[in-house]
Amino acid sequence: MAQFNLNVNGKTQQVDVDPSTPLLWVLRDHLDLVGTKFGCGIAQCGACTIHLNGTAVRSCQLPVSAAEGAQITTIEGLSENGDHPVQQAWMEHDVPQCGYCQAGQIMTAAALLQQNPNPSDEEIENAMNGNICRCGTYLRIKAAVKTASQKL
Amino acid sequence: MTKVNTKLDRRSFLKVSALAGGGMMLSFSWLAGCKPTVEEELGLPKEWFELNSYIKIGENGAVTLYSPNPEFGSNVKTSMPMILAEELDTDWKNVWVEQADFYPERFDRQFTGGSQGIRMGWTPLRTAGATARAMLVAAAAQSWNVPANEITTSAGMLEHKGSGKKANYGEMASLAATLEVPEEVELKDINDFKIIGQSKKNVDGQKIVTGKPLFGIDHKVEGMKYAAIVHPPAFGMRLKSFDKSSVMGMSGIQDVFSINVFKDDYVQNFFDTTTFPEIIAIVGNSTWEVMQAKKNLVAEWEKAPETKIAMAGFGGNSMEVTVPAGLENSSSHKSRMAEFLKKPGTVVRKDGDPEGMFKKAAKVIERTYSAPFLAHNTMEPMNCFADVKGDRAVIYGPTQAPEFIMGTISSSLGIPRENIQINLARMGGGFGRRAYSHHMVEAALISQKIQAPVKMVYSREDDMSAGVYRPTYSATYRAALDENNNLLALHVKAGGIPESPLHANRFPAGALDNYLAESWDIPSNITIGAFRAPRSNFIAGAEQSFLDELAEEMGKDPIDFRLELLKRAETDPVGSNNDYDPKRYAGVLQLVKEKSNWSQAQSNIHRGVSAYFCHNSYVAEVVDTVIKDNKPVVESVYAAVDCGIVVNPDAAANMGEGAIVDGIGNAFFGELAFNNGAPTKTNFDTYRMIRQKESPKKIEVHFVESTENPTGLGEPLFPPVFAALANSLYKATGKRYYEQPFAPQLEMENLRM
Ligand code: FES
Ligand code: FES
Repeated sequence: MAQFNLNVNGKTQQVDVDPSTPLLWVLRDHLDLVGTKFGCGIAQCGACTIHLNGTAVRSCQLPVSAAEGAQITTIEGLSENGDHPVQQAWMEHDVPQCGYCQAGQIMTAAALLQQNPNPSDEEIENAMNGNICRCGTYLRIKAAVKTASQKL
Repeated sequence: MTKVNTKLDRRSFLKVSALAGGGMMLSFSWLAGCKPTVEEELGLPKEWFELNSYIKIGENGAVTLYSPNPEFGSNVKTSMPMILAEELDTDWKNVWVEQADFYPERFDRQFTGGSQGIRMGWTPLRTAGATARAMLVAAAAQSWNVPANEITTSAGMLEHKGSGKKANYGEMASLAATLEVPEEVELKDINDFKIIGQSKKNVDGQKIVTGKPLFGIDHKVEGMKYAAIVHPPAFGMRLKSFDKSSVMGMSGIQDVFSINVFKDDYVQNFFDTTTFPEIIAIVGNSTWEVMQAKKNLVAEWEKAPETKIAMAGFGGNSMEVTVPAGLENSSSHKSRMAEFLKKPGTVVRKDGDPEGMFKKAAKVIERTYSAPFLAHNTMEPMNCFADVKGDRAVIYGPTQAPEFIMGTISSSLGIPRENIQINLARMGGGFGRRAYSHHMVEAALISQKIQAPVKMVYSREDDMSAGVYRPTYSATYRAALDENNNLLALHVKAGGIPESPLHANRFPAGALDNYLAESWDIPSNITIGAFRAPRSNFIAGAEQSFLDELAEEMGKDPIDFRLELLKRAETDPVGSNNDYDPKRYAGVLQLVKEKSNWSQAQSNIHRGVSAYFCHNSYVAEVVDTVIKDNKPVVESVYAAVDCGIVVNPDAAANMGEGAIVDGIGNAFFGELAFNNGAPTKTNFDTYRMIRQKESPKKIEVHFVESTENPTGLGEPLFPPVFAALANSLYKATGKRYYEQPFAPQLEMENLRM
């Protein structure tokens, strides 16, 4: 066990956990931020995607010890009122089915648009390819990313 | 808030409402902290008045509608309340939807599966809405002293034109809640629908995109422990022993013990499908710590002998089911299934003289199709929260079928049903998998043992290797043709491990004078369960691929060929036991022909068509593929659907798109194989799922305009995709695809997958 100071969604939080604990479980079990989801635990599905200093990363593969000092943003902190252009576009296209993968999809999309505000179809497909949606909402995801890119 | 589990007369919601009177809060809210929009718009009412199990109205006009069925992504949580709201005649923007708890005394059929939610809920929900409306009208009539039949309603307002009196529902709710429930109510004319048929956004949309705790896996209470499970590494194995000391010293670990899912004398029901009746549970302070301990646990496993299980049969009888011993392999599965090419099956339907026709045929075409086991792979792995203390239990988790697991939980815990509360979490996918809810029993037993609240979570590897798969299937189709290429007879012989996929009375039965259907199955200890459109999800692909090949052989357009057969089934059906409506079947083929511009073929686009009937609905699909950079790309998919009235069109299209993507993914990549009883794939690094890049570039879902009552939707778009894709790939590559998954064969054609 060791103490870590984490900057999550603009707030500094202290946790006392094993240094090998993936950030995913620190967020979910210790900080009660359960919007970030567990899907595979091996960086294959994207359900656990968060932003680390603005870049989309898989929190299931990021030990908490490596996250100290970085700016961590989770779905809960993506916008104050749930109105980030990506979230709005997701609502507009009524993307979710079960909804389980969508936090990860939204975080990946938001990071993509941060770096590339006007992605082509192919760039969207490449960026979003690491996020599995078992319900198959891929077309709506792509359409929502495009809508969000027009609003940014 | 605690739930009041008063035993009430089961005679549906009508009786309950008369007793309930004012403002009984039923559901204890798991979602504290989420701000519902209606609260924001109208403010929380001071008091709620309950009109029946589904509907309560606040004095300020806010309406709470309880969505009875578990939500796994098919959006019933929006569409079922839409049906209530329609007949209640309220304004959708004043509606606040809550997930009902499992409460069979108040709600009928709280089950999500078989695409039956809307079909079976249609009349009860309409009646519930209309009854509440009638009681509000009666309250207004009494208050204003005017005849009830002169009062009209619209968007949550009551009006008496003659006297100029007006009120909103909230003003009449307290009186309405005390009135007699009318014995008869009138339902709206479907032409007067204002909500049904108009797309409404997912009522949980905002919560989903902001990451609110909605799922069982998100649940947490004070003092809750975390649990992981360890099950045998292979089908046909069981626990021999384990070494507690191998994990007990580890950080955060509280206890390790084994649990038996069933009591010895328990008679199982059809949904008591559990692969491993004895598993090891590890309890600790956090998910990560119990998952670490899992890796360290030293356990010994042994081969399980053949076992007999008592299973509840029809009419209160119980029968004995045998689970064979042995460690099975996919290679031996294949050879055992291939034996049925020569062996006869059980004849399940025979029309005319098929054998005679095959004898005199000028040409016989014979093709065999197969598909592997599939894992459901719901995005949210199996998990459950349970709090069992003394003789009371609260269970909260993902289940499609609370009724089917209630008896098991009660028996395994030794706690009567009345003392067990099951609350329904939003599910991160279901696809049939969560109709089998033994994760709930496991969590409950763990909690009972430690007498503390616990959340048990499967790893992805646990989830993928725990069984309840889509079975592996094989089907051989034969056609007898005369010298002029007329179809004389059709023969299908189909089976699987451990069940047959055949629906012998579906099309093309009824359209052929000479038809023979045979069925077989091979027992196994690999457990199976419903998987999106069970059986249909394979046999549709086989049948519709074969009809495509047959049409080509006969020199006919594949759509015209099917329409000809359907015409025959309509005008002069063979046999009387054909379970489809040929006209509606033909209707979707005609619609897809029009919408896909079938007649205007483009040379670089390769098209395949397929149509199927299941879950009371008719679907035809056209898939267009192109070869781009040496890669098959699904450009477009056109679907024509006849599922009666469509309640929520945009959400319905969403689900249709999802089923099509699911089908294309499984056709290309889906496969679970076994080596010495162990699944060869246990996570997404090896089990390939369809992703954004392989998804079709465009999907159009067209609904037949209909005034028929709604039928199934979650499943029917899935089965036809397999053949539409295979037939399109044939056009693209000149090769037929008989064996799923297709990707390895496409790679052999030097294509990139
Ligand atoms: S849970 Fe992290 S990528 Fe799947
Ligand atoms: S919406 Fe269900 S997994 Fe994406």
